[in-house]
Amino acid sequence: MSADPATAPAAVRLPDGGRRHDLRAVTVVLRRELIRFWQDRMRIVIALVQPALFLFVLGSGLAALTSAGSGGFDLRTFLFPGVLAMSVMMPAMFSAGSIVIDREYGFLREMLVAPVSRTALVVGKCLGGAIVATGQGVLVLLLAPAVGISYGVAWMAAAIGLMFVLAFTLTALGVMVAGRIRSFQGFMALVNMLVMPMLFLSGAMFPLSGLPRWLTVLTHVNPLTYAVDAVRRTVFAHVDISERSRAVLAPGVHWGGWQVPVAAEVAIVAVLGLVLLAVAAAQFRRTE
Amino acid sequence: MRPAVEARGLAKTYGDVAAVRGIDLDVAPGETFGFLGPNGAGKSTTIAMLCTLARPTGGSARVAGHDVVRERDAVRRNIGLVFQDQTLDLYLTAAQNLRFHAELYGVPRDELDGRLRRVLEMVGLWERRGSRVQTFSGGMKRRLEIARGLLHSPRVLFLDEPTVGLDPQTRASIWGYLGELRRAEDVTIFMTTHYLDEAEYCDRIAIMDHGELIALDTPEALKAGVGKDRVSLRTDDDAAAIAALRGRFGLTAGVQEGTVTFAVAGGERFVPRLFAELGVPIRSVNLARPSLDDVFMSYTGRTIRDAESAQRPAMPWIAGRAR
Repeated sequence: MSADPATAPAAVRLPDGGRRHDLRAVTVVLRRELIRFWQDRMRIVIALVQPALFLFVLGSGLAALTSAGSGGFDLRTFLFPGVLAMSVMMPAMFSAGSIVIDREYGFLREMLVAPVSRTALVVGKCLGGAIVATGQGVLVLLLAPAVGISYGVAWMAAAIGLMFVLAFTLTALGVMVAGRIRSFQGFMALVNMLVMPMLFLSGAMFPLSGLPRWLTVLTHVNPLTYAVDAVRRTVFAHVDISERSRAVLAPGVHWGGWQVPVAAEVAIVAVLGLVLLAVAAAQFRRTE
Repeated sequence: MRPAVEARGLAKTYGDVAAVRGIDLDVAPGETFGFLGPNGAGKSTTIAMLCTLARPTGGSARVAGHDVVRERDAVRRNIGLVFQDQTLDLYLTAAQNLRFHAELYGVPRDELDGRLRRVLEMVGLWERRGSRVQTFSGGMKRRLEIARGLLHSPRVLFLDEPTVGLDPQTRASIWGYLGELRRAEDVTIFMTTHYLDEAEYCDRIAIMDHGELIALDTPEALKAGVGKDRVSLRTDDDAAAIAALRGRFGLTAGVQEGTVTFAVAGGERFVPRLFAELGVPIRSVNLARPSLDDVFMSYTGRTIRDAESAQRPAMPWIAGRAR
């Protein structure tokens, strides 16, 4: 948009607007997310506690109980992919939840009144949340040797990629929720209500083979199922495991008789993420 | 030259509550324009419409030559905003807050560093640029917000109650910075306030009450229009003094804060007569030139403080403003 020469004083140089400007907005919202994450190092440590609890306390505790059923396979190794997925969930939700806090403290207004597209703001937020959550997941990933999985470039890179896609989708979900909720307490209550069932129905805690029909249906509509399965198959491709154990512990997700390939699982999660992003952006475009 | 701000029949109703009832005004480029009125008079709603934050339900407005409804982003690029309640990220440093803003407003990168320094020096926060905003006092935060509002070289800076909730000393210093700003920057300032003494700093002021503009002129012209000085007396017998003022001088007086107060033209010549003819012992006399409060009173029939205490419930706009 060009300035009206009649009203333009010489000292003023107007910003150009357009796509490049939106890109700067995306970048700066993302960068703020990283700065805030880095400043809050305590949060990073605290966010490690829950995955560690599941892995080492629950995993070790239940190991004796289940060693028969897993064919001697270490339960912690089984849990590890699920815990990776879990470790990105909370940071992703927290990143999204900061929108609610920004609204309470007024900073959201500074963003919403800026001459940038709301979509750019939401994209920046989701990318920032995804990067931060993936970073958190990487810390858990580094625990792999402690559960009997050796480091490897290929599987770890693939796992990081998968965590990023999952984190992006979860942040988008959180942003969509945050667009409607006015208090942080309300947001966290709702998030807990969403996260726990998603986690339980995802195959993160137990294999999805041999479940009753109604449970199977629920696990199939749960997007987290596909993310956990993709991570598990990626990790298990790298560990030494008998075929019998693999069939029990990593059966994959089947639609009818068809096993959903990893690529399709990733696509499901990614597409859902983009849809949620679009909904969240539309929501923020509507608010004045 | 086109006005920096022009409104024609600008109106806003919420349901069946008319918050702003059709306002016409022009603000010239470079002017400092004050919007004065009690809380709930419709000032914030008006400013919200001019800043594209609320959609008018009637009339039109242009800011920096752009229509506030049809060219929303163009208006936003041309204005700086300082809200009543602060909108800083407390966990970021002063400089980080400003850089965030610069990116959102697309300030050219090669100009940013110089601009950042200039606005921070203007509000006296350059030395504190690396401190987290968390550690700032209320006045410092407000100054930082003013600096931020100027960072992208807006044509019009909107300030909604820029000094509300600040102590008198800080208020004075904010006004010092705003005065400095008027000299240093090519910017039109449009502000609301309900502090009458602050309106005196403005080139022109508009008085708003019940959603309407009831007066618009320079502070001097408005005061001259009232024409009368205000006399307040402490007497031994207020009731007798009021009766005597009516009987002997034909003046209507009232008791305000323990003093008998009335308005009279040519107060300095009237006071000697008062002593000679009132017939009630006078303990002290105070003579004041017309203030904006008198202006407000002459247009609305009440003082701005009375208007405040009889305040109507908060506008829906205020309840929803965090959105």
